[in-house]
Amino acid sequence: MKITVDTDLCEVHGDCVVAAPDIFDIGEDDDVVQILNAEPGEEYRAAIVQATKMCPVAAIKIEG
Amino acid sequence: MQNVVVVGGGLAGFRFVQSLRDAGYDGAVTVVSEEEHLPYDRPPLSKQLLAGTFTEEQCALPGEAAEVEWKLGRRAERLDRDLRVVVLDDGSEVAYDGLLIATGRRARRWDGALPSVGVHTLRDLADTAAFRADIGADARVVIIGAGFIGCEVAATLRKEGVDVTIVDVAAHPMPVMGPEIGARAARIHEAEGVRFRLGKGVAAIEGDDRVTGVRLEDGELLEASVVLVAVGSLPNSEWFTDAGLAMDRGVVICDETCAVLDANGAVVPEVFAAGDIAAWPHRHAEGAACIEHWSNARDMADLAARNLLLAVEERTALASVPTFWSDQYNVKIKSAGFLRAVDTWTIVEEDADKPSLLAEGHRNGELVGAVAFNMNRSIIGYQRSLANVKVGT
Ligand SMILES: Cc1cc2nc3c(=O)[nH]c(=O)nc-3n(C[C@H](O)[C@H](O)[C@H](O)COP(=O)(O)OP(=O)(O)OC[C@H]3O[C@@H](n4cnc5c(N)ncnc54)[C@H](O)[C@@H]3O)c2cc1C
Ligand code: SF4
Repeated sequence: MKITVDTDLCEVHGDCVVAAPDIFDIGEDDDVVQILNAEPGEEYRAAIVQATKMCPVAAIKIEG
Repeated sequence: MQNVVVVGGGLAGFRFVQSLRDAGYDGAVTVVSEEEHLPYDRPPLSKQLLAGTFTEEQCALPGEAAEVEWKLGRRAERLDRDLRVVVLDDGSEVAYDGLLIATGRRARRWDGALPSVGVHTLRDLADTAAFRADIGADARVVIIGAGFIGCEVAATLRKEGVDVTIVDVAAHPMPVMGPEIGARAARIHEAEGVRFRLGKGVAAIEGDDRVTGVRLEDGELLEASVVLVAVGSLPNSEWFTDAGLAMDRGVVICDETCAVLDANGAVVPEVFAAGDIAAWPHRHAEGAACIEHWSNARDMADLAARNLLLAVEERTALASVPTFWSDQYNVKIKSAGFLRAVDTWTIVEEDADKPSLLAEGHRNGELVGAVAFNMNRSIIGYQRSLANVKVGT
């Protein structure tokens, strides 16, 4: 599974960080979210799917 | 469950349908909505759409809502719970075995005489387009109401150099964040050139044809070519007020599963509500609270859809932490928790130059909320800690 974030859309709402803290993070001054692990294992799928649903601007995409 | 009907095609209605399909429901879904548009997002209206950086199309809510019968431009006029039908404004009836009430709110209008041109409210796409079109080159805009929408509109217009004055009876802008944060927010706006008249009531909006100004109760006249009335919102509940449901200040009361209660306080298992039209028993609220935030509509609608498909005893409780965001100039305001419960605000960290700020809100010594300006990481910690507080403590 590969994770991408559309950086034009992301408004650092941080809902993805709440849903999947091992995959996403936000620094205090960041304009876009950081992907900590862009190719995570299957065990993270449920949390990442939740993150995609929580994101107010639907910026997160899962491939595979 | 064969026939799910959703009344109101805003964020809550849309998320509900998506979540229903995600949960595997394959029966019929009908969405009745007064607006002609497919569901769209409201937060950009006072920000990107007003600024012209988004088109109306870019405000559409993302994602699919598969196989829905849309009844757009149709208003629900009555709910008959005995017959389980919703009666629409063309006299037709839509039968349901599962119903979502998601009719949200509308902008509160000025009650008093008004000039016929130049006075606006801002809740939907059409409002935003009309307001935008009215702001000419040397417009003087007076905004009545220093809440979030008033402040966001001020920030958007100041970026273009439009002359803006904000009036409010409150002593600080965005009063839900308390006086300490409010005073700092006022300074940020003033540094950008916004004039405030705080602690001032409006006596009248003046002008015969086009608006000419706003008269304050102390006699001062604020000249204006355009006025935005941003004094809060009213629930769109008229269509179900005689349906025997439990109501509080015009909104319907739900239990913690988002199912509505009847006037005797009993759960109505086939009727749910979500978003700005619904109140639910947040642990820091007195009774049920109506939380008019984007994230609340999302969370209630997602849960309501899943619970509708379950037997009453299998349903789960809402664990949503109220959160909101607001973008003003280069400041990202974010909150976590139920701010109306706060009795004492404490500024924990601050850098006035950046500007950034972190504040905690307590009630009787217990942390119930937090607000951050440009501290996107710190606020996430509060979202987590406020979520993990055990219910009942
Ligand atoms: C300008 C603006 C900016 C905002 N910015 C933010 C922000 O930055 N952050 C944040 O957290 N929140 C923000 N909000 C709040 C957020 O948008 C709302 O909480 C959210 O829209 C609520 O969704 P809803 O579906 O409950 O109601 P609504 O979006 O109000 O949708 C209700 C729908 O029901 C329809 N309807 C009403 N009556 C009937 C009827 N009788 N029959 C059929 N249909 C009916 C309406 O036409 C409407 O389409 C903002 C709101 C506005 C107006
Ligand atoms: S939830 Fe969406 S907008 Fe927010 S930080 Fe994550 S990707 Fe960005």
